[in-house]
Amino acid sequence: MAMHAVHKMLAAAADKTEVRPGEVITAKIDLAGINDVYLIVVRSFKEMLGEKVWDVDKVHIFLDHNAPASDLKVAEAHKAFREFAEEQGCHIDDINEGIGHNLLPERGLVRPGNIIVITDSHTPIHGAYGAFAAGLGATDMAAVLINGSTWFRVPDVINVRLDGKLQDGVMAKDAALYVLGQLGSEFGTYKVIEFSGSVVEALSMEERTVLTVMATEMGAKSTYIKPDKTTIDDIRRHTDAPFVVHETDPDFKYAEEYVFDLTNLKSQVAVPHSVENARDVDAVEGIPINQVFVGSCTGGKRYDIEVVAKALEGKKIAPNTRLVVTMATKDVLKESIEKGYYQILVDAGATINSPGCGACSGLLGGIIAAKERCVSTANRNFPGRMGGSVEAEVYLTSPLTAAATALTGKLISYNKL
Amino acid sequence: MKISGKVVVYNHDNISTDQIIPGPYGYIQDMKEMAEHALEGADRTLRQRFRTVGNIFVAGSNFGCGSSREFAVIVLKESGVQAVIVKSAARIWYRNAVNLGLPVLFCPTLPESIKEGAEVEIDLAAGTICEVATGVIHKGEAPSDFIMGMYKEGGIKPMMRKQALAKRD
Ligand code: SF4
Repeated sequence: MAMHAVHKMLAAAADKTEVRPGEVITAKIDLAGINDVYLIVVRSFKEMLGEKVWDVDKVHIFLDHNAPASDLKVAEAHKAFREFAEEQGCHIDDINEGIGHNLLPERGLVRPGNIIVITDSHTPIHGAYGAFAAGLGATDMAAVLINGSTWFRVPDVINVRLDGKLQDGVMAKDAALYVLGQLGSEFGTYKVIEFSGSVVEALSMEERTVLTVMATEMGAKSTYIKPDKTTIDDIRRHTDAPFVVHETDPDFKYAEEYVFDLTNLKSQVAVPHSVENARDVDAVEGIPINQVFVGSCTGGKRYDIEVVAKALEGKKIAPNTRLVVTMATKDVLKESIEKGYYQILVDAGATINSPGCGACSGLLGGIIAAKERCVSTANRNFPGRMGGSVEAEVYLTSPLTAAATALTGKLISYNKL
Repeated sequence: MKISGKVVVYNHDNISTDQIIPGPYGYIQDMKEMAEHALEGADRTLRQRFRTVGNIFVAGSNFGCGSSREFAVIVLKESGVQAVIVKSAARIWYRNAVNLGLPVLFCPTLPESIKEGAEVEIDLAAGTICEVATGVIHKGEAPSDFIMGMYKEGGIKPMMRKQALAKRD
């Protein structure tokens, strides 16, 4: 039977020669990540009578969602995590490091063929590197910590082919929002979404991860981008650890295929309160914006900070608008200092948080009030996402659109400045 | 597995985990206290209705989309919900429900026609729901044998405990 590369990875992880969509398998895990929202993992681990995690090298705890601790409850949770990491001897990235999803590739810990599970719905981001990566709940994760494996229903694979060439000023985020607008937020549920085509091949690894992270909003269980020279070169800059690249059989049939030509694509915005409410920024240009948030695993990476800083160089943000910048990781922060972006952002009027999820999770670092409008480079605009008020409005855009909006105080695409 | 009771109906699509339990409540360590905020981002009366109307929750499609927070299942259980009937559910939410032993049935027709407070009988293994007053039977999707196996154990925790204890003996 013709198999997709993802099916071959899953077969390898299950010690099988072949797996078929729909079949339930038990797969060995290469990396298990836990973020600071889910102390319940530790509780469930004890309730399941867990004693030692199966492999200390493969377990990573990230204090990223609510860092530094915003209140006493969080501080207590962080403390308990530190104690658990100490007791077990597993990895922990404390509040100074940044977002787990972005730290992993910086350390060469995401490689083709890996099976990765993290207690976070945006785990499919790692498919950009040719890994199989799925989000798990906390109790599920506790079982992984004990067994080193978990069950998966082998998923179907959908191909989303993005042909043509993106115009200047149009980013991977615009492409992702466009796909969401066309196909909705459910088409990938229980499935792997593969991204292919000339647009994808031309993207850097960071930009590719914008597609794969946004696939979570398309419902995807995991994602896949075929590893190529860009992938291998990027991984080799960070590690010389070995990995296997599985190839999709030429006669493999995708469960569904969607083809878009993005040559004429314009900057996109997902208006409140759903990720699938995507449209041209031009169509809703001029909406007054109270706050612009540049950050998250989706829009707070090196390149995002670079394009925003370059757009703001020598300029000031509009009065009555706030610009909150939260860099994804410590390395992004260091580079922004080295290259002068930090200075540019501060001079332009930005408020800069320490690295982490920041306002994306609605827990700290730029929460918005009821009836306020925020343009965000993150990935969700559900009611209450940015701090609990269901009356606050979140508009999702690319970093370039966010920069242009910060400069004018009104929603506008960069190409219209 | 048979479950019967009266329904609380909220036939809306794309109810996200942010609406089921908004993020900032995620650090409350007492689950009863957290459950006081169940579904707060969707409809604040729902939690009360689980006390006064019934314990079978009916909603639309893509239920539980968004974050991986398991609390979005826990707060329903803590609110007394015995089973959930939806047109469809997001993957992680569904997986969490199975792990925590909260029965979920996918049924495209029932959420459209059922009235708040109506009594139903669910046959989980068969994937059917019977409206007691009229005898109308809705055909949903029966859980796979694997998932039924998890339900029979009461979820993943009892299963793992059993394994651990067996190993010790
Ligand atoms: S940045 Fe946002 S989407 Fe990414 S892991 Fe953090 S909270 Fe989740």
